[in-house]
Amino acid sequence: MPQISLTVNGKPASAEVESRTLLVELLREKLHLTGTHVGCDTSQCGACVVEVDGKSVKSCTMLAVQAAGAHVTTIEGLASADGKLHPMQEMFREHHALQCGYCTPGMVMSAIDLVNSHPDGLSEEQIRHGLEGNICRCTGYHNIVKAIHAAWFVMHGKEMPIAAE
Amino acid sequence: MYDFSYHKPGSVADAVKMLGADGEAKALAGGMTFIPVLKQRLNKPSAVVDLSAAGLSGIKLEGDKLIIGAMTTHATVASSPEVKKAIPALAHLANNIGDRQVRSRGTIGGSLANNDPSACYPSAVLALGATIHTNQRKVAADDYFQGMFATALEPGEIITAVEFPMAERAAYAKFPNPASRYAMVGVFVAKTAKGVRVAVTGAGQNGVFRHAAMEAALSTSFTPDAIKSVTTPADMMNADIHGSAAYRAHLVGVMAARAVAAA
Repeated sequence: MPQISLTVNGKPASAEVESRTLLVELLREKLHLTGTHVGCDTSQCGACVVEVDGKSVKSCTMLAVQAAGAHVTTIEGLASADGKLHPMQEMFREHHALQCGYCTPGMVMSAIDLVNSHPDGLSEEQIRHGLEGNICRCTGYHNIVKAIHAAWFVMHGKEMPIAAE
Repeated sequence: MYDFSYHKPGSVADAVKMLGADGEAKALAGGMTFIPVLKQRLNKPSAVVDLSAAGLSGIKLEGDKLIIGAMTTHATVASSPEVKKAIPALAHLANNIGDRQVRSRGTIGGSLANNDPSACYPSAVLALGATIHTNQRKVAADDYFQGMFATALEPGEIITAVEFPMAERAAYAKFPNPASRYAMVGVFVAKTAKGVRVAVTGAGQNGVFRHAAMEAALSTSFTPDAIKSVTTPADMMNADIHGSAAYRAHLVGVMAARAVAAA
């Protein structure tokens, strides 16, 4: 069986996997990082989104061997060692952007990629387009969009204009 | 998923050798269709040959040609300054394939090799009259698409790049399935040095096709009004739970008019 090495949440990791092992199986079953969820297992719902070399991907639709040598970030890698939440997690909490929480790890990972790749601004339309690969059955998305909008300002060190509502 | 052996050759020559040596081996591009197919056990390759290290990514402008490497992802095409400058409609199309995560991994070469009848890229390649480069030859778009999931590719032949001519005007309008984001109907219209071409994806029973009646009408007048009275025969349309043949035939006219207006 192939032996692969990669960096997960900043730390080196290596594991023996089958060629057919999915990245999400490596993360959850071999590395015991169960924050990454499997929802639909058909690359539609986005519960399994992680970051691979700076881009958000669906880890249920990537082979573990394809991630050999890559830098992978999962939901567990976001908060600081002292427990301080990542600004995106903090904004999800502040804006009540989750209910059952099942989709949340994937939502947060997608949202961080979205914010990082739009340094010049991020409109509501761009946020909704950027979230097409993440399905939430509880929230109706509205608060998720609000949280991501707010996180954009925090992550880019900008003052958020005060809304009229 | 059935197990297989995994290979990641460092060149096209090595990839071709591996695919040639084993008739049951399959090439892996972005994997956005192939990995789900493997998960459903619809295919049982002995070996998977990953093309990601074979040097097939990249975009360049060469004179009046835009050349996109086969392993270039949809996200890269969507955000490429070269593509936005040369053929903005192509960047727009790439930015609306699947979802953001699919665009991170999915590739133009993979999409064309698979030739899914609902994929977006085949319409752009056919309407723009692009040329498919493989490890063996160059194939014109008109000869390349040969029906649903069927192409001119021979066993073991690998797409290396796609060469697009410049377009005076071009646009793509898609009616996406709300769940999968695949095209229920997608229409790409293009006016190039060779004339006006209209290609329709998502709708036809035999995959992507050119719409001769619309091309004739738009050659006279490149306006949405010019194709108002052009109809699309429903008997050559797909019908499934997402839409009847008559519904798709109607949508072809609607999306074509939107594309012409946007071009």
